[in-house]
Amino acid sequence: MEITKENTQKMIDEVLEAYPEKARKKRARHLIPNDPDAGSTCGLRSNIKCIPGVMTSRGCAYAGSKGVVWGPVRDVINISHGPVGCGQYSWGNRRNLTSGKIGVNNFGMFHFTSDFQEKDIVYGGDKNLEQLLRETRELFPDAKGLIIESECPIGLIGDDIEAVARKMAEELEIFVVPVRCEGFRGVSQSLGHHIANDSVRDYVLGKRELKEKTPYDVAIIGDYNIAGDLWASKKLFEEMGLRVIATWTGDASIEDMALTNHAKVILIHCYRSMNYIARHMEDKYGLPWVEYNFFGPTKIKNSIREVASFFDDSIKEKGEAVIAKYDPLMQKVIEKYRPGLEGKKVMIFVGGLRPRHVVGAYEDLGMEVIGTGYEFAHSDDYERTFPELKEGVIIFDDATQYELDEFVKKLKPDLVGSGIKEKYVYQKMGIPFRQLHSWDYSGPYHGYDGFSIFARDMDMAINSPTWGFVKAPWKK
Amino acid sequence: MRQIAIYGKGGIGKSTTSQNTVAALAEMGKHVMIVGCDPKADATRLILNAKAQATVMDLARESGTVEDLELDDVLMTGFKGIKCAESGGPEPGVGCAGRGVITAINFLEENGAYTPDLDFVFYDVLGDVVCGGFAMPIRENKAQEIYIVTSGEMMAMYAANNIARGILKYATSGSVRLAGLICNSRMVEKEIELIEVLAKRLSTQLIHYIPRDNVVQRAELKKQTVIQYYPDAHQANEYRDLAKKIVENKNFVVPTPITVDELEDLLMEYGFMEIDESVEQAKVAV
Repeated sequence: MEITKENTQKMIDEVLEAYPEKARKKRARHLIPNDPDAGSTCGLRSNIKCIPGVMTSRGCAYAGSKGVVWGPVRDVINISHGPVGCGQYSWGNRRNLTSGKIGVNNFGMFHFTSDFQEKDIVYGGDKNLEQLLRETRELFPDAKGLIIESECPIGLIGDDIEAVARKMAEELEIFVVPVRCEGFRGVSQSLGHHIANDSVRDYVLGKRELKEKTPYDVAIIGDYNIAGDLWASKKLFEEMGLRVIATWTGDASIEDMALTNHAKVILIHCYRSMNYIARHMEDKYGLPWVEYNFFGPTKIKNSIREVASFFDDSIKEKGEAVIAKYDPLMQKVIEKYRPGLEGKKVMIFVGGLRPRHVVGAYEDLGMEVIGTGYEFAHSDDYERTFPELKEGVIIFDDATQYELDEFVKKLKPDLVGSGIKEKYVYQKMGIPFRQLHSWDYSGPYHGYDGFSIFARDMDMAINSPTWGFVKAPWKK
Repeated sequence: MRQIAIYGKGGIGKSTTSQNTVAALAEMGKHVMIVGCDPKADATRLILNAKAQATVMDLARESGTVEDLELDDVLMTGFKGIKCAESGGPEPGVGCAGRGVITAINFLEENGAYTPDLDFVFYDVLGDVVCGGFAMPIRENKAQEIYIVTSGEMMAMYAANNIARGILKYATSGSVRLAGLICNSRMVEKEIELIEVLAKRLSTQLIHYIPRDNVVQRAELKKQTVIQYYPDAHQANEYRDLAKKIVENKNFVVPTPITVDELEDLLMEYGFMEIDESVEQAKVAV
């Protein structure tokens, strides 16, 4: 099928046929053929509650707050406040790497819960929470903060975790942050990001002073150090002469987060999950922020130049030096993998920034993105997405499993990039797959270091001889 | 076993009325259990002649989990063999009292408090059906008969009508029915007529009118029902009459709650005419 606006719209209409009328009408607003010059959202609706009866890939506010924003901070202890399940099943599944000594000043793999019982629901859990905070502080005296992530029942029974946090912050003399991220709030994990951003704003930001300031101080925001992404990015900024005073929240220290307002420029990778705090710092401290994209050498090159443009010539020169140093290496990576990947088609369905940010990396390898979509994006994400893709490419918002299956069947991509829930479905269909949430136990994918791994992984997925052996038993 | 729930506006006299009625039933030789569904835990004190009994939730809190409790810990026996349990719950402003009711009733069920020899189980429920927890006693397989205690005062009638709406919700999905209004007199003018009309509008009956009598308060101070404290009192007979009517009652209906406008019209017609006139007169005088 040739990708044109008309063909794509026809495909969308065919897929929507299966729905009852009301569902069809609602879902139709979330699926469009791309118009790169649209400038607006072209009527694409997003950030709306899923319709009943479909399989969605969305999470909840708690997942956004705890799993995404607060989870990766290395020197705090995350406490899931409520019954045990939310904590248990959100524990350690995002591969946010952390540095330091585990259990001493690095609590990345730890997780705590207040383990609510019936009595805590009926009588409230405030007193238990106080006790828990005290004991945790005693057990881990080097922890710099205690983050209280509310599960649903806390919001229902009206526990005053803000009062507990204020009291205990004073008593324990560390950050104690209440996060009102009850899962029923909002339509997806996206509100959880916002809530967590606000909790940093209200309880952390501006509470520490930066002793020695330089004109080259920056903060990296919206990199969660999945498989070391942050490290691969940070080193490039450092090579170009910048000083990274804080990272949010990959391998983050809450102490550094608290002094981020002293940076000269905020560098933001995942716009969706952290634009809130960037905008706040712009309003309150007059801090400029710049979005960058560290997937694939083309985008990295552009981003380095964009970031350097905020600084003097010395940084610009060093930025060029970084590009000059790594670009030849990247050309070798491309030379190695591009022949096997040239012209291969990819479909992407993930969250955050990746549905648009990885497009350039695939293009560097000669591949083409023929469909992309977000689980929980807003209109500003789509506005940033349209120009990245060709006309007629399908864009899907909060795609249901059924829709995704049908689009894959019709478009026959050579690779699907999505999450663990999708992975085996497509592999069983005989379609190569890479998890683009956690880099499929590989990575990092950010920066120059990441790109060589990215290229290798995509080649491995698509060109693995395994696929030649896949044969249905009834076809033998 | 007939399971009966008593609802009504806060402070209307639900606990007093139900304990006196239960005492009268026990006197008739009926086996009765009272389950208090209010964090205040005052639904059994007149039967147990005690301040307040240990509640299911309080004991669960002390022992860690509900599973650690024994039925004997929470089920007390009082006046003439009446079994008493209180759900208990938090002090005002914290936690979830509604969940306490659910937890407590589940515990009583799972641990065999509902023995086949019981003729009646009475649930004495907090003021209004504010959330799902306080509707627990009228859900499937629990109370099938609801009595609403009210008076001729506007807010009490307003609450009664609201409770009827709650019952209607569960009546359409289950077997719960409105069994009657009990008028606990506040000496409001034309009180009986007013409640009778309200009962009619709700498609139910005024099952009994309990006159006001200070002997009730005197008995309460002694932590006793009138039946126990002063069995020869006229008021004791009132409760005996109510008990007898409940035993014989077959008038169970799906209620037809009225709108707020209708309710206010009713009050205008029966209750507030004189007040309005006096207001008018006051205006003229000024």
